[in-house]
Amino acid sequence: MRKGTRGMRIFQAFNIVFLGLIGCITIIPVVNVWAKSFSGASAILYGKVFLWPSDFTLSNYEYVIHNDTIWRAFMISVFLASAGTLINLAMTSSLAYPLSRPEYRGSRVILLLILFTIIFSAPLIPVYLWNKQLHLLDTIWVLMIPGAISAFNFFVMRSFFQSLPSELIDSGRMDGCGEARILWSIVLPLTKPVMATMGLFYAVTHWNNYTSAVYFINNRALYPLQVKVQEIISNASVAMDEGASIDISQMTPEGIKMAVVLVSALPMIIVYPFLQRYFVKGLLIGSIKS
Amino acid sequence: MNDRSATAVRPPARQFQEMSLFRYIAKHKMLYLLSVPGIVYFLVFKYIPMAGGVIAFQNYNIFKGITGSEWVGLEQFQRMFQYADFLRILKNTLLIAFYDLLFAFPAPIIAALLLNELRHVLYKRVVQTVIYMPHFLSWVIIGGISLAVLGIDQGLVNHFLDWLGFERLFFLGDAEYIRGVLVGAGVWRDTGWGTIIYLAAIAGINPDLYEAAEVDGANRWKQTLSITLPSMMPTIVILFLLQVGNFLDFGFERVFVFLNTLNISNGDILDTYIYRMGLLNQQFSYTTAVGMFKSVVGLLLLAVGNTISRKATGESLY
Repeated sequence: MRKGTRGMRIFQAFNIVFLGLIGCITIIPVVNVWAKSFSGASAILYGKVFLWPSDFTLSNYEYVIHNDTIWRAFMISVFLASAGTLINLAMTSSLAYPLSRPEYRGSRVILLLILFTIIFSAPLIPVYLWNKQLHLLDTIWVLMIPGAISAFNFFVMRSFFQSLPSELIDSGRMDGCGEARILWSIVLPLTKPVMATMGLFYAVTHWNNYTSAVYFINNRALYPLQVKVQEIISNASVAMDEGASIDISQMTPEGIKMAVVLVSALPMIIVYPFLQRYFVKGLLIGSIKS
Repeated sequence: MNDRSATAVRPPARQFQEMSLFRYIAKHKMLYLLSVPGIVYFLVFKYIPMAGGVIAFQNYNIFKGITGSEWVGLEQFQRMFQYADFLRILKNTLLIAFYDLLFAFPAPIIAALLLNELRHVLYKRVVQTVIYMPHFLSWVIIGGISLAVLGIDQGLVNHFLDWLGFERLFFLGDAEYIRGVLVGAGVWRDTGWGTIIYLAAIAGINPDLYEAAEVDGANRWKQTLSITLPSMMPTIVILFLLQVGNFLDFGFERVFVFLNTLNISNGDILDTYIYRMGLLNQQFSYTTAVGMFKSVVGLLLLAVGNTISRKATGESLY
């Protein structure tokens, strides 16, 4: 053991520096976006902004706050992340609970049907045409209903229900409780942790959702935040003018873009400490099962 | 004789079973009722669109619908391979997927091994907290961050190059760089997150193994090669198979947010092609054929990979 000590020490030092470097590469871009969002236009263009704002200004945020379409998109995303998540939780748990119970005969077939949707999904166009036929296109519902259950989250939740001690349920039955009573007063109170985890999973997905809005929403009034942000980033100055109630002719777009990016990432960054704990747990439950 | 006696016996038995099945469901009607919305959901939103895939074999006309449209057999699939456009985009998709497998797949394995060697617990926690974070940012936000880092006028990297006296590089608007940017952004976002599952595998290794190896005189490097890596193998193989199954599914969003008219020649992949040709140009049947091609190839890759892996390593998904 003593033989490798010198080599080990060199390696340890290298490892600390190397992982620190990886950490820096991860965090510096985010800090840089933050710094640029508070910096004046010329400071950004002349490369004066690194980790701290230069030529400090709030004008980029003034633009964001005074832009009605950004606010509207923000509120739509808040609605999706709350109402959409409630739908997700209700649908996922009401399927995961019965399929976790040994009394449910025929669960094998249903589980296989669900598993198959993970490895084989319908092509985009039939999905689009079917949504159109259901009159879901260009409604807020198309961002909530077709994704109501994620098969992966379903399996995570089912394995949670399976891990509940069966004695609890049996004792409830012994006391003469019906299925409904068992579910309501024995199982549901125990599901708080898994509901919180799954709720966060789904809420993050809703908040970050961009693709299905691009596919299925044409009405600009229904754009969620990510779509609006992308429009501004990809630099249509038209998109910037729209809804702005302050004069932006004196501003360069770079700082505005950074402010918009930061505002849209802010909720994620604020809840991240909570997310991290729950996500790690959820991911590991899921991986053990699969 | 045997056959006949079997059939003679079966009907009453089956009748009895059906009766009891009916009674069984009635007895547990709460459970079955509860599961109805979820089952209906999967049938309506997953299986009906799958069946709608038949328009790949038609010349679908939106006014005539599936029942009224003309059947054309495999014509749409033949068209696919006659288009130079399609072949170029297929090449892009394969190249990007290959780079992704080459760089993004091993990155979290190496990072997990290095993290595992960190002795300082607090430092380890800080590094982990930092590198998990980008996973929660949407691709749109990452596209925005890439402007701050790689942008031609204001990007950090270009200011640095400028400062060193080099030419600025048009990372986001040059076809030459787009594949690297796409794969690199993925490595930046998901390497940290990917370590979680490997670290869990490492944490599950029996410490006695290391002790025994130490007694035998194996150093850390040898221990890593002969204990840690083999113990991670089942996890590595399973994640590898999943990635192979998703080989053509690099993802619409993560490419779309980086695409522009300058880099589309090398950055366009099947998903962005399907969106453009299908939804914007309304070539419904043709792009459904492209989508079916993508899904079926994915399924085949998964099956083939699984069989090979079961023979070679004994590990498999099913």
